[in-house]
Amino acid sequence: MDIGTLQAYAYFGFTAFLVVVLYSYIYHLYSAQKKGTRDYEKYGNIALNDEVTDQPVEEISKNDEIK
Amino acid sequence: MENRPLEYDYTVAKWFMLATVVLGIVGMLVGVILAWQMAFPGVNLLAGEGLAEYTNFSRLRPLHTDSVIFGFTLSGIWATWYYVGQRVLKVSMAESKFLMFLAKLHFAIYMVVVVAVVGSLLLGISTGKEYADFEWPIDIAVVVVWVIWGMSIFGLIGIRREKSLYISIWYYIATFLGIAMLYLFNNMEIPTYFASGGIGAWYHSVSMYSGTNDALVQWWYGHNAVAFGFTVPIVAMIYYFLPKESGQAVYSYKLSLLAFWGLMFVYLWAGGHHLIYSTVPDWMQTMGSVFSVVLILPSWGSAINMLLTMKGEWQQVAASPLIKFMILASTFYMFSTLEGPIQAIKSVNALAHFTDWIVGHVHDGVLGWVAFMIMAALFHMAPRVFKREIYSKSLMNTQFWIQTLGVVLYFTSMWIAGITQGMMWRAHDEFGNLAYSFIDTVAVLHPYFTIRAVGGTLYLVGMFLFAYNMYKTMTSSRRVEESELQNASPMGA
Repeated sequence: MDIGTLQAYAYFGFTAFLVVVLYSYIYHLYSAQKKGTRDYEKYGNIALNDEVTDQPVEEISKNDEIK
Repeated sequence: MENRPLEYDYTVAKWFMLATVVLGIVGMLVGVILAWQMAFPGVNLLAGEGLAEYTNFSRLRPLHTDSVIFGFTLSGIWATWYYVGQRVLKVSMAESKFLMFLAKLHFAIYMVVVVAVVGSLLLGISTGKEYADFEWPIDIAVVVVWVIWGMSIFGLIGIRREKSLYISIWYYIATFLGIAMLYLFNNMEIPTYFASGGIGAWYHSVSMYSGTNDALVQWWYGHNAVAFGFTVPIVAMIYYFLPKESGQAVYSYKLSLLAFWGLMFVYLWAGGHHLIYSTVPDWMQTMGSVFSVVLILPSWGSAINMLLTMKGEWQQVAASPLIKFMILASTFYMFSTLEGPIQAIKSVNALAHFTDWIVGHVHDGVLGWVAFMIMAALFHMAPRVFKREIYSKSLMNTQFWIQTLGVVLYFTSMWIAGITQGMMWRAHDEFGNLAYSFIDTVAVLHPYFTIRAVGGTLYLVGMFLFAYNMYKTMTSSRRVEESELQNASPMGA
């Protein structure tokens, strides 16, 4: 087996691996939402409530405002 | 210190907005001159025989592409970054003197680069690589600008209040990382003066790659410059501006995430489609084709997500020219991300390669998607950064229809021209002799070149309307209260 063939197999394997990762991610997103582990849709509100005085959708730290 | 309420600081966003408008007009004006030159070669001498060196097609062409890509589009990306970045991270630039300094430095060095690029291209100083035309001193300055922008992105993220990064931020980060990688690798070059011990011009360089490798790296860069300059940051914009202007949260945030990773995964492999039937390995050409077709999925994932965001709110498309711009932009995004993969199929490419159909494809993408979205973003930002309503809604509507007509004339004429060209180039008689010479195709294409020039001119007229509307908005429009700026942008009649 020459280096070119090896590259081709490695390339195919890597692509297949990444496809599996991508589909697992999709499964993770939808199952987490369904089980209520995490509500991804609430992040859509970040664009709508975006005044600097608005309450963040998820605050980074409770102590952040105390300076 | 006084106790003023915290506000977003749009100083640098405003500067980049101005740059977007000015460089947009310059880039498109040069484009229109080129289009008329293609139809009527006499236009090459528009400034007389003496200046023909500076006004001929080959001298102006890189100026057109580079000023639209690296002038208009990049300025638009940065104008929106310095606006959207603060808002979705809920942190003001005014909170960090360092970040403010960086942003101003970013703009200042960028302006120096713009002057250097325009000057050097007009003087004919170029590496000769398409979309990577700049010589090494400018490349170094570009890298400095890029690093400063990166520091600005991650600096702002570092002091944010909002824990989660909104989807647009992911796209801006991808733009930064993608272009950084592409630009560095494709512009690896050796300054000949220094390498040879003083021969030739000090600014001249040659690519570190040669032959087929050079072509491969060049089109890996070229196609992904489209990906990370014309797609990714524009998607960043629409994910923020369409929901905000329409008051509707993005239809599916999960879909936006998976479309993001899908796009990142697939796009980088598609560049090989520029080299179909060339000297690169056959498997690479096939890979370029296959990944281009797969690319439809993540592209349409974002575009459909945008259209579905308007679910139940379609009356807004009729009522607001600003929403019209964005919906047409995302429709053109769907359209050109279907057209591209079709052209990347080997058998289609055999016909389409090197023809005007490719030019048509680029322009329905850039005029219909990129420029419409950038202008919509600027229209949305204007009332918020200048605290004045958009000067004229009817002018916006007029601009919309003039430019839409311009784009349609542009791509339809180029479709017909391209397919005619392709068919004439391959036509032969029963003995295998070519049926036409090159000049036969030129004669047949003349009317389509003229129609294209008319389409481009209409688009440019729209750009002037846009500039005028923005100028009036900035200077003399009615002042608005904060309460009017929640969602739909206030507009004068």
